[in-house]
Amino acid sequence: MTIAASTQLISFLVLSAVIVLGALGVVLLSNIVYSAFLLGGVFLAVAGLYLLLNASFVAAAQVLVYVGAVNVLILFAIMLVNKREDLAPIPGIAVRRLLSGGVCAGLFVLLTRVVLTTPWAQGPEPIGEGATIRIGEHLFTDYLLPFELASVLLLMAMIGAIVLARRDVQAVDPGTGEAVDQGLIEKARTPLLVDQPPA
Amino acid sequence: MVTFFATNAPALVSPGLDLEQSFSQTLEGFGLSDQAARLIWLPLPMLLVLVAAVVGVLVTVWLERKISAAVQQRIGPEYAGALGVLQPLADGLKLLVKEDIIPARADGLLFTLGPVLVVVPVILSWLIVPFGQNLLISNVGVGIFLWISLSSVQPIGLLMSGYASNNKYSLLGGLRAAAQSISYEIPLALAVLAVVMMSNSLSTVDIVSQQTGAGILSWNIWRQPVGFLIFWICALAECERLPFDLPEAEEELVAGYQTEYAGMKFALFYLGSYINLVLSALLVSVLYLGGWGFPVPVEWLAGWLGQSVDAPLVQVITGATGIVMTVLKAYLLVFIAILLRWTTPRVRIDQLLDLGWKFLLPLALVNLLVTAALKLAFPVAFGG
Repeated sequence: MTIAASTQLISFLVLSAVIVLGALGVVLLSNIVYSAFLLGGVFLAVAGLYLLLNASFVAAAQVLVYVGAVNVLILFAIMLVNKREDLAPIPGIAVRRLLSGGVCAGLFVLLTRVVLTTPWAQGPEPIGEGATIRIGEHLFTDYLLPFELASVLLLMAMIGAIVLARRDVQAVDPGTGEAVDQGLIEKARTPLLVDQPPA
Repeated sequence: MVTFFATNAPALVSPGLDLEQSFSQTLEGFGLSDQAARLIWLPLPMLLVLVAAVVGVLVTVWLERKISAAVQQRIGPEYAGALGVLQPLADGLKLLVKEDIIPARADGLLFTLGPVLVVVPVILSWLIVPFGQNLLISNVGVGIFLWISLSSVQPIGLLMSGYASNNKYSLLGGLRAAAQSISYEIPLALAVLAVVMMSNSLSTVDIVSQQTGAGILSWNIWRQPVGFLIFWICALAECERLPFDLPEAEEELVAGYQTEYAGMKFALFYLGSYINLVLSALLVSVLYLGGWGFPVPVEWLAGWLGQSVDAPLVQVITGATGIVMTVLKAYLLVFIAILLRWTTPRVRIDQLLDLGWKFLLPLALVNLLVTAALKLAFPVAFGG
């Protein structure tokens, strides 16, 4: 075995171990912050697997999107709402754990069977650095509609998030009694209660 | 004017020095296999770049002290070596031997891992900084995109150290750092995209090659003045330099996410931020200021002196000029960054986010659109 091949094999084994153990940790750890950080580690290891498959652009995109955006936002949300509170004990926790464990094990057995019975075809040769251009061509020809639909979906999610996160503005100014304009995006406006006479 | 810009630049550029090839050939001459020679070669450029990055930081720290002193009409460090050049070494040594304190109620594991996650992506990004045609660690195809994606890992380290410190100032600093980093990454990436569109490649070597041909006239800054400004502002924000150093605003947050850190872990943050500054300056010079290019093309100079570009001596001089030019341009930008830090006040957090989302992002989109239109209209000048 050449040095390059053995390096690849070792990298593959290490990355796979990181993914499997990290994913188990994400599910099983009780501290949600640890789970979120481990999720970042799993995403990074997946990017490493893409690198081993000669898909460097996909690997970089994986790091940028999943680690840099998704995981950071998850952490952001956890840290902004993280109240240390003792969760009330759930009745019948042992049975629930047994049931969910059974469902997961059954799913695992099914997937293993699918993996073992599927005749895996040897895919085309990886094209390495040329993949960037190929991905671009596909995104703007035969995958144009899914690509655009995904961007519309994200736009909808963004508008929804803005509507949800926007501060409540009262319909009627309590000070002057005038109607307050309810623009979707907050504009610079004078404070609502500024003209209220001292009680 | 338009005809000055080289569209088929790689044909004009000589292959230049290839140290790896000559090194491998020497080792194979001693009877080593091809792969073993490569294995011995691999760590050498990495080590060299790591040393270069650390020395670059020491120089920057010294510059920061001297320039801040000049701005404030002081003398600055004077006794440690001539003109105080050894002061950064003394700083580093002090941080190295200081006691490493982990606060009692902090999360020890995450507290230690945080600074590491901040420094490693920055150092990894040096992979793609070219100092010459073949003088870079790896000419990866994704090039500049690798830097953008790696720099997006950094906020996780900041959030981690902010959370693990178990201190409200640290947590606020970490959250601010993440918000700032996410906000400014988008205009930064769009500014880079405009450059990439002109050079038809993500590779940093191709981006620089596209700017050679007519010396200073073919540099991207003339074709992308708006992009250059957007990139520079965003790079300062990503490096958390004043006027954008809100994550560690000392009047508001003590020191942000660094509050609880001491000794070498604090030094890692310090090192990371300065390596990041030098890296950003290097990338500005690569993207907009012609990288290793001399203001007058070396090929013309060699022609006027009656020398062949392929002559060994000319190649060595070309390589050396390339390194000097890259570093010179980068340090000119570092100087501007330091001067900005000591002469401008800090923006507020709402001003910072407004600037990022409501001004720079639309501007970067318009810049991208105009670049695309110009590329279609004048393919000669804008890399068709």
